[in-house]
Amino acid sequence: MHVITDNLGFLLQGVLVTLELTVLGYVGALVLGTLMAVFRVGPIPPLRVLGTVYVEFFRNIPLLSLLVLVIFGLPDAGVTIGLFASGAICLALSASAFVCEAMRGGINSVSVGQAEAARAIGLSFTQVLRFVILPQAFRTMVQPLVNVFIGVLLSSALAAAVGVPELTNRTEQLNLQYAEAVVCFVFAGVVYLAVALAAGAVGGRLEHRMAIRR
Amino acid sequence: MSTATRVLFDAPGPRARRRTTILTVVSVILVLVVIGLALAQLGRAGQLESYRWSAFTTAPYLKVIGNGLLGTLKATGMSALLAFPLGGLLALMRLSARRPVRWLATGYIELFRSIPLLLLIYAFLLALPRYHVNLPIFWKLVVPIVLVSSAVIAEVFRAGVRALDRGQTEAAQAIGLRYWQSLRLVVLPQAIRLVLPTLIAQLVTLLKESTLGYAVSYPELMKQGDFLTARTHLLIQTYVIIAVVYVLINFLLGQIAAAVDRRLGRRPGSRAPATDAGMAPTA
Repeated sequence: MHVITDNLGFLLQGVLVTLELTVLGYVGALVLGTLMAVFRVGPIPPLRVLGTVYVEFFRNIPLLSLLVLVIFGLPDAGVTIGLFASGAICLALSASAFVCEAMRGGINSVSVGQAEAARAIGLSFTQVLRFVILPQAFRTMVQPLVNVFIGVLLSSALAAAVGVPELTNRTEQLNLQYAEAVVCFVFAGVVYLAVALAAGAVGGRLEHRMAIRR
Repeated sequence: MSTATRVLFDAPGPRARRRTTILTVVSVILVLVVIGLALAQLGRAGQLESYRWSAFTTAPYLKVIGNGLLGTLKATGMSALLAFPLGGLLALMRLSARRPVRWLATGYIELFRSIPLLLLIYAFLLALPRYHVNLPIFWKLVVPIVLVSSAVIAEVFRAGVRALDRGQTEAAQAIGLRYWQSLRLVVLPQAIRLVLPTLIAQLVTLLKESTLGYAVSYPELMKQGDFLTARTHLLIQTYVIIAVVYVLINFLLGQIAAAVDRRLGRRPGSRAPATDAGMAPTA
């Protein structure tokens, strides 16, 4: 047990880095994903193609492969970004594809009549989205978007494999130093579990509050 | 393109058409400029020299990458072979009427859905050998993948069973089928059919998770890429090619899932099951 008490600061630092990576990656993913979702449902043909190609690429490339390309590959191409920033960027890119799909799923779940009615009273594309479709679509998006958040949290651990000193990485380091390492893994596991369950609970409440009672 | 996205905007009039044309041209130019800048940067760094790429058409390079692909497919295949039945079993346990069984499955699913795969792999790789649990490298990769993905797959199965109309179970009971009979003959065939596309899409996740062989030094694609770059220093080229291989396989799996989805169609009396959009990306 003393492994944890002796290294509490070290581990908490790791928790902080994990949370920072997760939040930055998630916010980045929300911004990029929303943009791509608007591209994909919008009227400009090349942007639709761009959105589709973007989603198919980042949904299908393994995060680790993206991390290796950005962290070890970009310096070879004469571009250097910090380790932490690279991790956050990769997380944002790969999660944004899932955000985009969640948004599109939400938009598609709103009945066609809503869009037709909005258009019939003369709203433009952006107005239809902003005032009619998105407020309704957001309800069905809550659960998928919470899942993406948990996904970002869990995949932020992959940054450990390329050397970002977050929770998993620090657990591994402690394991090399101390004999009774299982405690560290239990500690890290409990932290991930707690954050993931808390996120799920917040999502559940949010969904409950936004639900329409008929 | 679905009908809902098609009616978001009107059939354009002359002004909207002009605006669309302008935005089309501008966006094409912008995308081309970005691609051009990236290629120029790569060119300046000498990464586009033809010898750096042509090496990958020679037999020794292809052999290393081919072996990696084989390792990836073996790990993915074995994970799928174990995770799908285990996931199905867990789903049945979670739907069981017996409380302890249900709690056990719920605890397992919630636990393994909420901890990162890499942490589990490190536990099998670094911590467990100290307690004399030392698996071969292949299983140090596959066992954690199976533990984590069976929890996700269990939830997919459960979503399928729950999406089925209650009337199906009630009708099965009414004609005198027992619990297991109604599951085997009525509920499961329909539920599996309902979630088949999502299950196929899960193969994409399994394939991505096998990249963590990189961390345990199991010779799959990522690790073979590491092996190759340590000798050739063609890092960008190696990993771009590997990324393309992954994207192609996963894209194909996604297309198969979509085709199965379209073919099966939606049957009346069943709500649409959870799609892969609801699945969290974990690797």
